[in-house]
Amino acid sequence: MKTVTLTLAKSPELYIEGQNITPDQFAGKKAAEIASLDVWEGKLKGPLGNYFTVEGDGGATAGETKIVLRGDCTRVKRIGQQMTAGEIVVEGNADMYIGGWMKGGKIHVKGNVDSFCGIGMEGGELIIDGDAGHHLGSSPRGEWRGMQGGLIRVAGNAGNDTATFINGGTIIIGGDADIHISTHGEGGTVIVKGDAKGRVGGQMVKGNIYVYGTIENPLPGFKLVGEVEQEVDGETARFAHHIGDLGERHPVSKGKTVYANLYTRI
Amino acid sequence: MNELIVKNGFVFDPLQGIKGDRMDIGIKDGKFVETSALGNPKVIDAAGKTVMAGGVDIHSHVVGPKVNVGRLFRPEDKLFKSPLKRGNRMEMGFSVPSTFKTGYDYARMGYVFVNEAAMPPLHSPHVHEEIRDTPIIDNAAMPVFGNNWFTLEYLKNNEIENNAAYTAWLLRATRGFAIKVVNPGGTEAWGWGLNCESIHDPVPYFDITPAKIVTGLIETNEHLGLPHSVHLHCNNLGNPGNYTDTLDSLKLAEGYTAKNNFGREQVLHITHIQFDSYGGDSWRTFESKAEEIMDYVNAHDNITVDIGQVTLDETTTMTADGPFEHSLRGLNNLKWANTDVELETAAGVVPYVYSPNIRVCTIQWAVGLELALFAKDPMRTFISTDHPNAGPFFRYPRVIKWLMSREARDTTMKTFKWLERTIDATSIDGIDRELTLYEIAQMTRAGPAKALGISNTYGGLVPGMDANVAIYALNPEDMPSDPEMIEKAFSQCAYLIKDGVVAVQNGEVVAEPAKRTVWVDVKVPDNAQVQRDIYEHFLRHYSVGVENYKLFDEHVHNPRAIEVDATQ
Repeated sequence: MKTVTLTLAKSPELYIEGQNITPDQFAGKKAAEIASLDVWEGKLKGPLGNYFTVEGDGGATAGETKIVLRGDCTRVKRIGQQMTAGEIVVEGNADMYIGGWMKGGKIHVKGNVDSFCGIGMEGGELIIDGDAGHHLGSSPRGEWRGMQGGLIRVAGNAGNDTATFINGGTIIIGGDADIHISTHGEGGTVIVKGDAKGRVGGQMVKGNIYVYGTIENPLPGFKLVGEVEQEVDGETARFAHHIGDLGERHPVSKGKTVYANLYTRI
Repeated sequence: MNELIVKNGFVFDPLQGIKGDRMDIGIKDGKFVETSALGNPKVIDAAGKTVMAGGVDIHSHVVGPKVNVGRLFRPEDKLFKSPLKRGNRMEMGFSVPSTFKTGYDYARMGYVFVNEAAMPPLHSPHVHEEIRDTPIIDNAAMPVFGNNWFTLEYLKNNEIENNAAYTAWLLRATRGFAIKVVNPGGTEAWGWGLNCESIHDPVPYFDITPAKIVTGLIETNEHLGLPHSVHLHCNNLGNPGNYTDTLDSLKLAEGYTAKNNFGREQVLHITHIQFDSYGGDSWRTFESKAEEIMDYVNAHDNITVDIGQVTLDETTTMTADGPFEHSLRGLNNLKWANTDVELETAAGVVPYVYSPNIRVCTIQWAVGLELALFAKDPMRTFISTDHPNAGPFFRYPRVIKWLMSREARDTTMKTFKWLERTIDATSIDGIDRELTLYEIAQMTRAGPAKALGISNTYGGLVPGMDANVAIYALNPEDMPSDPEMIEKAFSQCAYLIKDGVVAVQNGEVVAEPAKRTVWVDVKVPDNAQVQRDIYEHFLRHYSVGVENYKLFDEHVHNPRAIEVDATQ
């Protein structure tokens, strides 16, 4: 594994569109070639080297390339977008769309991220030590095929509209979540270890949601059906089991009606 | 003096019966001329290439409110598919491309005329604004009549002359081109949550049957002598077993002959007939009835059809057939947009994924190709995808490839998950026919132009006509062994000359000659009754005043009015 270190030297006046900051783009390139990759500030295109100092060369393949971002990347968007392999470490904060549409590899952000991170994700790991914004692991707007796979782990809180149209994969939120979780969900798992504000599982057809704390405004479309003991994220606990959303359509699989499951910790 | 000569190409012009002869084509000031009339023309070398007239599309949803609804509610249709600025303007989208991409892509395929398939009269200003923004290609738009309150009332009372006067008024008010009929009566019934599933189902309140609407409109059309015929989207579209309803609709044309001065011979055009050629009594027993349908079409000269070929893409369905879109939404559980247009029509939009893994989709694919391959007269059977309903228009080259190559069909069929069941439910595997370039020219330019009544201007290479030429890098004497090359050649024409200007070269747009709006201006005798009916309906029922309803001249971009005198 070869490491490329990007250090933000000049903060942008607007925001940097950094979709080229991926192991896939850096692979097989020398530091100077990486510095000449395009990034955009507003509508202006310029080389990456205008903003970052680049140290180290990329590995032969994406899987052998690690990128470390230093400096305040609060205004850098789309890091790791559509990446398929390799590793990215952001030492501080990052902006929107981090790990959007990612297919593989790992991203570790040590600070906070803004909205739309991990949207349309198909695989890989997105680890955020701080808080995440809105639309975490959600579907791109208009799209009915949301997160397909992979893992998103947020240590802090998440904003609203987490996991809209989720089809697969897992999202774990260590803190609280705002409104709208797994809206229109058709698969996958969302675990909220803190409290959820409300509208949890609206129009959900299939999939699982775990809430460890309280749901401030639970939806009337979910019905309590019993208690279960389950192992979730490595620990076993008892949960109240609700099914829903009863207002939605209910597919039948192998003779059994399919519902979404909402578990609240007892 | 703008002079061009296209030299040494293999020329295919069905309007003149030219079948691949090596000829020169002369162009002067935007019109075809005899080569002897040229002074010192610029030479375009077409040696070893196929030369045809610019393409004519008889049915495509490219402009107007429902197309725009598709654009608005499918942002994902643009995501990662809009990266390039190739022409003068940004190009965006896939199944519902932006107006600019629409114009450029048609030009790249060598098309010059596209007939917008359904214009809600109330929203005609929007249609014309988008026509203005669709570069290069000439457009016409057909207002929908089959569920219009005026039409229903006049035809119920057998008032053909009054209906004709109203039709002429509406064509002028909307700068429309022809009489479009979508699910006659059924879309009006949708206002009651109902549908007209056969041509004998009466429309609620109006108490008129779809059969009577269609025959009344055929009589109206021939009374006026319009360039195009009635253009019908049948009742019960898209459902298993609907071929009997389609045959009933086709039979409505029996006994009628075309009366017009535009060379048109049919009285009824059935559009995207692929969606109307299904047997079986459920999705489980779904099968092709293309042969039965084409047997009838082949035997009746007063009917034309376009196929509406399924291209196996993810696309966006949109039609004025409101109840159909509602039932489609129930099938795939995707998002659905629906609207009612006052006294006139309705519309729905639903995304749809035609997957090679789904048996019904692959049977639909086979049905479309069967229709074209069973056709005895390619001058009456046209290539379309009912863009974007069965697939995007820029798949026409792929449809041509399938029609011209058994090998290409077999290659596609090998990707089907339910190949055996598709073969059992259709006759596609038993058809070896491969269409010729001449037949393709009939199905994509000469035939549609004749059926639209514009073959004096478009669809041929006759001196005096608009100088629209498409040159494809295909040598008819040495056709490529790889069918993919056929698709490539028709996707990126070597040259498109539009009105004597080279617009496309090697598949890239190099110039944007002025585009036109083609409409039909009919003169009818003064009709006080109809004037009063229009006044009354606008006073009582419409949400707009009649003077705001009619298009202003400023709305109509570079108009070309086709004059029809029906006062005699």
